[in-house]
Amino acid sequence: MSFVDGNDLAGPMREVFAVDITVARARCGSCGRTGAVAEARVYDRAPGLVARCPGCEEVLLRVVRGPDRVWLDLRGVTVLEIPLPAAEA
Amino acid sequence: MARAAVLGRLTWRVATVTAVRPETATTRTLVLDVPDWPGHEAGQHVDVRLTAEDGYTTQRSYSIASAADSSTVELTVQRVVDGEVSSYLVDVAEPGDRFELRGPIGGYFVWRPSVKPVLLVAGGSGIVPLMSMIRTRKAHPPGLGPFKLIYSVRSPADIIYADEIRHTRAPDDGYERNYVFTRETPPGWPDPPGRLDAAKLARAAPWLPRNEPEYFVCGPTGFVEAAADLLVAAGHAPERIKTERFGPTGG
Amino acid sequence: MSVITRGFRGRGRRDENLPPGQYLTEDFPVLSAGPTPRVLPDQWEFTVTTESGQRHSWSWADLQALPAETPTVDLHCVTKWSKLGTTWRGVSLDVIMADVESVADYALVGSYGGYTTNLPLQDLQDGQAWIAYEYDGEPLDPEHGGPARLLVPHLYLWKSAKWVRSIQLLLADEPGFWESAGYHNYGDPWREQRYWGD
Repeated sequence: MSFVDGNDLAGPMREVFAVDITVARARCGSCGRTGAVAEARVYDRAPGLVARCPGCEEVLLRVVRGPDRVWLDLRGVTVLEIPLPAAEA
Repeated sequence: MARAAVLGRLTWRVATVTAVRPETATTRTLVLDVPDWPGHEAGQHVDVRLTAEDGYTTQRSYSIASAADSSTVELTVQRVVDGEVSSYLVDVAEPGDRFELRGPIGGYFVWRPSVKPVLLVAGGSGIVPLMSMIRTRKAHPPGLGPFKLIYSVRSPADIIYADEIRHTRAPDDGYERNYVFTRETPPGWPDPPGRLDAAKLARAAPWLPRNEPEYFVCGPTGFVEAAADLLVAAGHAPERIKTERFGPTGG
Repeated sequence: MSVITRGFRGRGRRDENLPPGQYLTEDFPVLSAGPTPRVLPDQWEFTVTTESGQRHSWSWADLQALPAETPTVDLHCVTKWSKLGTTWRGVSLDVIMADVESVADYALVGSYGGYTTNLPLQDLQDGQAWIAYEYDGEPLDPEHGGPARLLVPHLYLWKSAKWVRSIQLLLADEPGFWESAGYHNYGDPWREQRYWGD
């Protein structure tokens, strides 16, 4: 087994977003499976990070880190559901 | 509470090693001082970045071993075969050494104190984030849900935090530990060596789904996949099982 | 400004003969964007499709029957490791393409498992590229791209598609897996073309 999971995305993504996307739920564009980004199969021994659907193995997202920028390719995800703290009354 | 504050983007800070503590032949705990450390939750990790004199740089993630909200950060690192970062942290780093660190990271594989029962399943070095949870629970006022730990190791010599795990158990503490030895058992052990299976799991985790337990499974990828499958096959709710895979090595 | 960590030495080392930013390594790191495909020789097929839709296919036996070369080449990975003097056995793309009629300028290479990479067709010609099936005297291991991979060492190693199965010849360039995700469209290590905009 040569993959880890989406918990591995938390650090790189927290460079970019103020929210933790590993607790977000993502809908796979290929098979429709919806699950936490943390549960994705992540291949991190690569030129970038590749997160694949644990159901169908298709690519959910790619993250490439350059010296002064990050590329985020989310084409494999149709919807991201990101939890926010409940609004104060 | 501090954690409800808006998160900024994570940046790298400089961590200084203040103490080192051997745990097993292949693991060591490093106690770090990280200026302005905001505290962390049990189960979170940090990214560690090392830079050599020729500019070569590389980074790895390590789970935080210390209890939540503590002001120092403790990492327990296992030396991985051909591991350039782990062999540095386990064999070379000494008090006074510095490297870059980013964190705390991760909101998914986190235990927040509650009355729910918790099953912790660790394979090898997967015990590290679960130890943060055990230590956090121990430091908390009584009244929290019970913890059960299943810790799978190759042999007794591979048990990380052996003394602490042994002595955390106390009457009415609501904490139980079960070992699974996959290669070599201690003298007098009733079972032959073997991997975690449905029977061992049933003995250690008899809770019914209506108690709404939480499950945390951590270790090498193969171990986590197998353990999570066993839990689901035994009727435990998949959506309550949180997993963290450490990759092919370790354990 | 990074903090230098006392006593830390990476596995790689600098060498003035390397392209900029690279480190020399003695091992052969395995990088992959997904699970390792397992393809048996009797299932293996390699297809070149021209811009007009004409297909040329080779079975494993066909590939083995073609004249082979044993190039010794240097590898440069965009993740900064370089490995010099690697030995391979494979069929030159000049032999593969000898009977392929095309006016296309671009190629999109495809692999078992779905990986793709693109490059100008002229970079596959004139002794610059092979379909390689042996490394270091042994059949190519699946984790290094076996049964066969593309080998085009004058570009960063992500262009040397592992588990190669197809080349599509195109009139217009089409970025592949990493080229569409931030990596440079061409990828010349000597000009350090790692990312978009380099």
